Amino acid sequence: MIKSVAIAGNAGPKVRSDCEITLKINSEGGIVVDLLSKVKTLYGESIVKLAEDVLVFYGIEHADVSINDSGALPFVIAARMEAAVKQLINTDLNYLPAFLPENNYSTDRDRFRFTRLYLPGNNPSLMINAGLHSADGIILDLEDSVAPEKKDEARILVRNALRQINFYGAERMVRINHGEKGLKDLHQIIPHNVHLVLVPKCENAEDIKIVEKEILDIQKVFDTKFQVFLMPIIESALGIENCFEIARSSGNIVAIAIGLEDYTADLGVQRTFEGSESLYARTRLVVAARAARIQPIDSVFSDVADMDALNKTVHTSKALGFEGMGCIHPRQIQIIRQGFAPDEAEIEKSRKIVLAFESARMEGLGVVALGSKMIDPPVVAKAQKTISLAIRMGLIPENWIDEIPHHKN
Amino acid sequence: MTVKTVINAAGRSVPLEINGQPVVPFKGVGKYKPVGRKYSPPIPTCSDYPDDGNKVVSSLKEALQKCGLCDGMTISTHHHLRDGDLVSNKVFELASQMGIKDLVWFPSASFPCNDPVIKYLDDGTINRIEGSMNGPLGRYVSEGKMRGTAVLRSHGGRVQAIQDGEVKIDIAVLAAPTADSFGNSKGTGGTSACGVLGYAKTDSMYANKVIVVTDNLIEFPCFPMEIEGNYVDYVVVVDKIGIPEKIVSGTTEITKSPDRLLIADLTTSFLEKSGILKDGVAIQAGAGGTSLAIAVFLHKILKNKGWKARFGFGGSTKYMVKMLEEGQMGYILDAQAFDLDSVASIERNANHIPYPVYNAYNYHSKGNLTSMMDIMILGATEVDLNFNGNVVTHSDGYLLHGIGGWQNCLNARNVILPIPLFRDRIPVIVDEVTTLCGPGELIDVIITERGIAINPLRQDLIDSVKGSGLPLKTIKELKEEAEKICGKPQKPYFEDDIVAAVKWIDGTVIDVVRKLKL
Repeated sequence: MIKSVAIAGNAGPKVRSDCEITLKINSEGGIVVDLLSKVKTLYGESIVKLAEDVLVFYGIEHADVSINDSGALPFVIAARMEAAVKQLINTDLNYLPAFLPENNYSTDRDRFRFTRLYLPGNNPSLMINAGLHSADGIILDLEDSVAPEKKDEARILVRNALRQINFYGAERMVRINHGEKGLKDLHQIIPHNVHLVLVPKCENAEDIKIVEKEILDIQKVFDTKFQVFLMPIIESALGIENCFEIARSSGNIVAIAIGLEDYTADLGVQRTFEGSESLYARTRLVVAARAARIQPIDSVFSDVADMDALNKTVHTSKALGFEGMGCIHPRQIQIIRQGFAPDEAEIEKSRKIVLAFESARMEGLGVVALGSKMIDPPVVAKAQKTISLAIRMGLIPENWIDEIPHHKN
Repeated sequence: MTVKTVINAAGRSVPLEINGQPVVPFKGVGKYKPVGRKYSPPIPTCSDYPDDGNKVVSSLKEALQKCGLCDGMTISTHHHLRDGDLVSNKVFELASQMGIKDLVWFPSASFPCNDPVIKYLDDGTINRIEGSMNGPLGRYVSEGKMRGTAVLRSHGGRVQAIQDGEVKIDIAVLAAPTADSFGNSKGTGGTSACGVLGYAKTDSMYANKVIVVTDNLIEFPCFPMEIEGNYVDYVVVVDKIGIPEKIVSGTTEITKSPDRLLIADLTTSFLEKSGILKDGVAIQAGAGGTSLAIAVFLHKILKNKGWKARFGFGGSTKYMVKMLEEGQMGYILDAQAFDLDSVASIERNANHIPYPVYNAYNYHSKGNLTSMMDIMILGATEVDLNFNGNVVTHSDGYLLHGIGGWQNCLNARNVILPIPLFRDRIPVIVDEVTTLCGPGELIDVIITERGIAINPLRQDLIDSVKGSGLPLKTIKELKEEAEKICGKPQKPYFEDDIVAAVKWIDGTVIDVVRKLKL
């Protein structure tokens, strides 16, 4: 026995969709559940039954359980119960809620990562509807948004969320902790169809290799079929110095991100809106990412109320070569997506170039010309990329080329 | 006591008698048409009133005594002072001190500030409330503690009940932010300004006795008067009729919740893609955070397209005022002002018109303002598979809200309910509503964060958004989605005792609320 009374989860006037479990294991008296819940009339019986199920699963026959519930969904109650039990007994057993079949989708290396919504890993109320806001990815965060004493319970909650919440096609990401704790995180999350793991405070290739090996070991045990992508986050001067080495340290790396709060702290400078203090780091990271053929991702913008400033930041970010930004509030998603999307002038110019290229190709010409100007192959390639981006973002129809009369066959 | 019940046209079991008076069970929308003449108050004679027009008496107690306050009377008050009302409670405090029993309180709505009346329900001063019950008052009634049976009516239904003589107001005690000694009153001016006094107007015309209570007595004439002194018996001057910061919220703000914004966004898209939003449209959107967001989004579209809404029907807010002032709305017809900007707008803008409720959507009016409206944004605590709506009880069976104008507004051309699919695990779409307040045939579209369900009766709307890319689902699909996430809820247990009757806009009984088994 580690201690006699366990408390897990959250309660309080501002807490919603969560519960706080107080658990005391006894030597006699059976299981006594005391439920305080705003949904007691509607779900009281099922909540009590779930709490009893978890205890029976762990072989606990005598216990006092008190549940202070603010409308927690079953997977949350189960996670809180499991976390409380694990404070009191040593066990490797996991009480797993059903894995939703609709969560069994895969992702691919080249998908957009313009917008990824950060979700604090110990706050279920923000997770439940997170997938509705059309972010390219959702990040269940076990690192900075979780208090040190809540790490263990957050890990269980995030695991259950991966099994039970439908994120409606968003890429399923988890930011693990740095170091040993992060490896422990992997054991709870990898078997539950995580698409991508964000590795924070990355400083060298070794940091990635350790994480990658741990993931492979877990995958072997669980025989999982999906590839788990990696996204290192660079948050220090050393990390920046080593970022190319990090970027190509694993074939599973699809993107590399910069975290400017820690980076500027490491440099001992203030983070400013203009960002001149981090210009070198940001451009260097973009170059490293391009050289390694992966996506460069910019730091989050922390003032959720200032949409104008966010908009400006996104445009700077795009101009520097970044291909995405973390979102810390759903309201940021649309602005960031629009910011990274090609604008009308870009699309129009690209259309003309692609059309010129197609005409030249049909006529068997080796040289592409637009008016009197010769177009180099890299320019064509960039235009094709812009067009394919515009199609994938729904800005122009897939068959746009057929809609131009003289291109109809 | 067992009461005889019948199954009404909506399939609900309702009594034939409430509080000892016979009632008519719901017969279907627009089916019940009473005949005869409207109720009229006793005939007064002008020579019985002071020649100098000064009806001021020294205190509310004196006024109540002069009105002949006695056991069993019906006392009406209005709710324009909202949660800052200091007058209603005072009436019952005085009545209790005077040893009066078994009063019927007939407010146009009650607010949390009225919770102290529980004391006067307990001591027998008040027999029952016929009006909305929120929070602790709702719990009190649901737990079967009130002596009489509550009667819940819509704002329009309240006027109908007065005109039918179903409720005969003995004394109307009307708080007035500004009044003269003759009793002319208005909702603006003074320290307790609330904007308009629309709900009180009917009471002033039909009550046997009328007392105006003001903290801002001005010289005759108080103009423009909403309450006419011709209907007023006594005027009482007090220090304060209300707490200003609780009368109107200083400001109404659009929701910050990303989920609610998503619902607002979907609602706006629906209105645009269905073609409901057009030049000359008539709009009502309430003061809830989601409704305000919808108003802001609609404003943007109207502006971009160069369109102008013909009129907006208030509950007005600063967002509606902005539409008016920036030229995207022709007029605001206003039954109540929700924020300070709206109060100010009424005072300065001739196109912001105080509009009494009984003209707007009373069943006995010769035409109905809400049926002229294109866009009606409403809420609900529950909606069922037949699109029936509930606004008075929660899924746990507790009575927690009034009907407000909700039932009356169902007459609009397009009734849209933007609601979350579940609130803190409580599904909003259910098999059958706990309490039926509005028949599904009048509710057209349910818009949730997880999809839009259009009432199959509105094939025209279904056709209008075909191929629009909107997330259309059946209401059953939405319900199943909610239950998949939240689990299937149990039902609350009720006893047989009826604690409240819910009236339809025509005065028939559409449903009842029963006592909770605790």
